[in-house]
Amino acid sequence: MTDYNMLLAGFGGQGILFCGKVVAYAGLLDNREVSWLPSYGPEMRGGTANCSVCISEEPVGSPLVTEPNVLLALNGPSFDKFIDSVVPGGQVFIDSTLVERECSRDDITLFRLPASQLSLDEHLEGIANMIVLGKLLKETGFSTLETVEKALEKCVPPSKRHLLEHNIRAVKLGMSK
Amino acid sequence: MAERVLMKGNEALAEAAIQAGCRHFFGYPITPQTEINAYLSRRMPKIGGTYLQAESELAAVNMVMGAASAGVRAMTSSSSPGISLKTEGISYMIGSDLPCLIVNVQRCGPGLGGIRPSQADYNQATKAPGHGDSHILVFAPATVQEMVDIPFKAFDLAERYRMPAMILADGLLGQMMEPVVFTDESAKQNEKPWATTGHENKRPPNFVTSLYLDPAILEQKVTERFARYAEIEENEVMTEGSYLEDAELVVVAFGATARICRGAVNQARTMGMRVGLLRPVTLWPFPKKQLRQLAGTAKHVLTVEMNMGQMVNDVRLAVSGAAEVHFYGRAGGMVPTPQDVLAEMRRILGGEQA
Repeated sequence: MTDYNMLLAGFGGQGILFCGKVVAYAGLLDNREVSWLPSYGPEMRGGTANCSVCISEEPVGSPLVTEPNVLLALNGPSFDKFIDSVVPGGQVFIDSTLVERECSRDDITLFRLPASQLSLDEHLEGIANMIVLGKLLKETGFSTLETVEKALEKCVPPSKRHLLEHNIRAVKLGMSK
Repeated sequence: MAERVLMKGNEALAEAAIQAGCRHFFGYPITPQTEINAYLSRRMPKIGGTYLQAESELAAVNMVMGAASAGVRAMTSSSSPGISLKTEGISYMIGSDLPCLIVNVQRCGPGLGGIRPSQADYNQATKAPGHGDSHILVFAPATVQEMVDIPFKAFDLAERYRMPAMILADGLLGQMMEPVVFTDESAKQNEKPWATTGHENKRPPNFVTSLYLDPAILEQKVTERFARYAEIEENEVMTEGSYLEDAELVVVAFGATARICRGAVNQARTMGMRVGLLRPVTLWPFPKKQLRQLAGTAKHVLTVEMNMGQMVNDVRLAVSGAAEVHFYGRAGGMVPTPQDVLAEMRRILGGEQA
């Protein structure tokens, strides 16, 4: 199985940390070694949020991902900040509704998905993150839909139980694109 | 086996402290350890415990001293600048022979420094946790699972040896999530005949103090304490090692840095380099004997830390010239990468081949 060093980045409020937690939980349920590390403290306020997620066969060494093989960028500043750190052969996922950038690198695979627009069209407001997660799941195969659904059940707090179905629908939508 | 759950280091440690029998927490928020406060503020009232956000770190540590005097399991937690404020209280507890748990989720200093991970409080924790001739037990977890396992051990040893224990974590361990398992381990209980619990005219009163104005009595107190320290150094050292048997180069690292070094060591082994890793789990007591032994077979020792070189001095003393001691460190919240450590190992071993 492939080891994943993922970097997920965007604005605060886009659900970046939650998205990373779902990925990590899926890895845990697949009985792999995982870690999740957020950016924290004042750097979060009003600015970018990002988290490192590692999924591995071996115990995770550094939980801080500086050279990701998967980058998920949900806004322009995050794309600009991290695109050069992706290892050659890496996969990059962007919300093309929000990231209007050309990519000069030809040694990576770039997946553009108008996730924010899709979330509006499909009445999935606020969970573009889950749509991108679906695309990420389909293209990387880091886990299975079944496991991700179970991971979502673990990650969605009881008070927001009614949103679980929406989240699963968003993941499936992303997988269909 | 109990279920593996994903938990943040700070929250895992807080839950473990409860399961280890702690019902009294006094603290003050500071990044990157605030989740310990937040978690316990939710949990303690539900289980009949005390969560108190004090007006300052000084107040919090002195509340711990009061609770510990009464014989209950009490703790406080903070991050580097807050720990500096607590050192007066820590010294008083050492001088009063009181057990307690202090958690330092380190950030960068000096001063307010920064909020990123650091290991720059090693010297403070192991050399001068307060004024006076003194030591505290210092544990350095490297995984979120150890943030769960160590509080049990720390409370138990603190009570058996009647002294404060510190868990020296850092921002990485506090903030990261990893799978953990909570076993049904029940907390060990220790007798505390010295506790000020009310004598009810049935026994002579207990008196907790660190003030001894008669130099002969104070010298005796300090000497007794150091006899206990010697016993701890003999019996309570904890380490984890890998690939040490034939290692030409032994990497010594603790906490989060050790997990980064483990990645580098594993990689180096696949390249045929004879390197191993020694991870002190207890920083005080420090694994002096083990290092001295390793220095008999290894030619080089490389200490890696997130500071400008603190533990490396203890390594030098232990190795005592029997091997060449090298240092690699990052400061200011910069985290070394496995590639950095690998490059350092190649430089050391490559130089020899040339």
